[in-house]
Amino acid sequence: MSALKPKHQRLVLVVVALIALVAAGLLAAYALRSQASYFYLPEQMRDDPPSIGQAVRLGGMVEQGSLATDPDGFTLRFMVTGNDGARVPVQFAGIAPDLFVEGSGVVAEGRLAPDGTFVADNLLAKHDENYVPRELEGMDGFEAAEMAEETTVGLE
Amino acid sequence: MIAELGLAALWLAAALAGLQTIAGFLAVRANKRTELGALIRPAAVVQGVFAGLSFCALLYVFAITDLSVKLVASNSHALKPMVFKLSGAWGNHEGSMLLWVTVMALAGGLIAVVERRLPDRTMQATLAAQGFVALGFYAFLLLSSNPFERLPVPATEGMGLNPLLQDIGLAFHPPTLYFGYVGLSIAFSFAVGALLTRQVNPDFARAMRPWVLGAWVFLTIGITAGSYWAYYELGWGGWWFWDPVENASLMPWLAATALLHSASVLAARDALRVWTIMLGVVAFSMSMLGTFLVRSGILTSVHSFAVDPERGTFILLLLALYIGGALLLFALRASTISEGKRFAIASREGALVVNNVMLSAILAIVLLGTLYPLLTEAFDVRVSVGPPYFNPVGAIFVVPMLLVMAVGPLLRWRQDRFTRISREMTVLATILVAALVVVALLGDVALLPLLGLALAAMLAFASFLPLRGRKLTRIPIATWGMVVAHFGIAVALFGMASESAFTEERLAALEPGGTTQVDDWAITLDAVVPVAGPNWTAIEGQLSARIDDGDPIEMRPQSRTFWAPPQQTAESVLATRWNGQLYAVMGDAAGDGRWQVRLWWKPFVTFIWYGGLLVALGGVLAIIGRVMDDLRRRSVRRRAAARREDAVSLESTT
Repeated sequence: MSALKPKHQRLVLVVVALIALVAAGLLAAYALRSQASYFYLPEQMRDDPPSIGQAVRLGGMVEQGSLATDPDGFTLRFMVTGNDGARVPVQFAGIAPDLFVEGSGVVAEGRLAPDGTFVADNLLAKHDENYVPRELEGMDGFEAAEMAEETTVGLE
Repeated sequence: MIAELGLAALWLAAALAGLQTIAGFLAVRANKRTELGALIRPAAVVQGVFAGLSFCALLYVFAITDLSVKLVASNSHALKPMVFKLSGAWGNHEGSMLLWVTVMALAGGLIAVVERRLPDRTMQATLAAQGFVALGFYAFLLLSSNPFERLPVPATEGMGLNPLLQDIGLAFHPPTLYFGYVGLSIAFSFAVGALLTRQVNPDFARAMRPWVLGAWVFLTIGITAGSYWAYYELGWGGWWFWDPVENASLMPWLAATALLHSASVLAARDALRVWTIMLGVVAFSMSMLGTFLVRSGILTSVHSFAVDPERGTFILLLLALYIGGALLLFALRASTISEGKRFAIASREGALVVNNVMLSAILAIVLLGTLYPLLTEAFDVRVSVGPPYFNPVGAIFVVPMLLVMAVGPLLRWRQDRFTRISREMTVLATILVAALVVVALLGDVALLPLLGLALAAMLAFASFLPLRGRKLTRIPIATWGMVVAHFGIAVALFGMASESAFTEERLAALEPGGTTQVDDWAITLDAVVPVAGPNWTAIEGQLSARIDDGDPIEMRPQSRTFWAPPQQTAESVLATRWNGQLYAVMGDAAGDGRWQVRLWWKPFVTFIWYGGLLVALGGVLAIIGRVMDDLRRRSVRRRAAARREDAVSLESTT
């Protein structure tokens, strides 16, 4: 009737399904390790930077007086600071989120450029009274960065 | 008064669900006709009626804005338009859970009335399972989130006048998904019922299929609408963010897609018995998990509206109870279910098995990606998982799935040879290769969109091949459903690939009178004016967009600032053409009298949602076809029975 011995058809189906699922699982596990975007604080970014071009997120405070707009009118440059004076220059081309101001917390999604600038594709700031990036939730000012540091102890 | 009646109705419905569960369980154990067993169907019907009454009571207190009810006071306002007062009834946690159980109870009542195909015992087991699932949700409502709770002192004014939430899409999007989730709960009950009585056969699949199809249609519409809503409301230009809330609706859809195909095999060919049962359990697990993820707020989400951490625990317990129980039952019973009919690899069943396996693998990938941040958080590492993971890893399984999807419907049931359809396969391969070459020559397109465009072209053609050589008027409606749904996948795929391959973005700082170019469009910022609404002010950009010397299109995107609650939103504007959409967002002042404007030209992006709607339409056609078949079969059976009776009575008279 077919290549399959009738007696074993169910077994074969189970084996095929299991192989596919295990393959999917292994693939997912491998890809998650390399593709998941890790959360960095400015001091971690300084001491142990991610590899150039790897998608990561940077969280901290926008330094007072550091926000500047390029002559093109839409490229923003600012410094994100951590607890111990670590500063990371950030560049973002786009429309800044609502309520993105100096002295407030921000999470930038993007990658580190070779010159040490963090190029952000997206900025998550306080969206409204109720929405705060989860990493900075419930905190104000530097407390947020401290809290975030505590929760990333295991990060190597 | 009405609120208390609603609560009483809810308690009664819960009691009936308990009765239904216990009576069903005892009747199945007794394995003979009992008086208790006769109670089950009526109990299911009355439970549906009481749950319906309870929900009507909630609608009523919202309609009259009864501010002594806590839920109304915190979610509604006397000044809201009526449609938003009513939708406010389910726009919150308690109300939405009540809607969930109401739909579930009504569906349970409906199967108790109409489903007569299955043996009594299987039906009793099914309704017992249904009652058991409902009971958990009643307990959840009554013990931890009573929607009818009174305030000790009535509030003077309602709190819910947030205009942002008065959105017609937001009012009807969650219920659509809930209908889908609940439909899968019925499929789950059928699966448990069949497993308890070991009656896994085509009749079971036919009884379950309309519910799976219905759930699948609702999920398809819900996902499509949710994607469009995020696209125009967030103002980010994206239509899918792999956000946990989006994944929560995608995962049940993937499982339901696999389930409806394997149920079709079981109904038509009596094969894939255990597999169908397993998928029934998985599909409902995914809807429970989806509810858990959305309702508990445990994961970071770009649209985290409903955050309710403490309630997550309850749903997690329900999840563990139902899914753990069902899997245990499955483990105990699966080996005792006799194997269904066999088939060759080269057959339609074989193709559907491959598709099912691929869908399950995609489901596993989405599931792992969604839960991974949760897992690492337990080790104090915060990560987020996005497109760089989901897109390439998903594609590894999507591509073979789409290839099999093109060929599968051409194969015959049970046993076939690929040589029989070699001509069709050659044509499809030619289209695929030709499309690959043309798109690759056309421009610098990344690998995934390139594959997407070529596969879409092939699939669009392949989806109509099952009609070839048949008389169009004699093709069953359900087959049309398959053709339309498969074509819809091709259309949506084309839209997705085109959007990611050819989108042009333009970020500019314009002074009034200035012009910028995106693709063929020249966009002029005519003026920037302040505008005021009832509780917001905005700066409005008055843009006119034109191609060459064509007539200009007016576009008026706004950047709005609300003051209660303080909040800023971008009101993006879309100009839709047959071949794409122009998307404009207004930014902030850029200094020197210039204003930030963000523009996208997205070729054929609308095809994504047209495709989604076609898929849903295909599902509707399939339901119509199947239900009509059933009715026809029933009336034939009835007529045959009547004729037999006539014959008997004639014999006895002669």
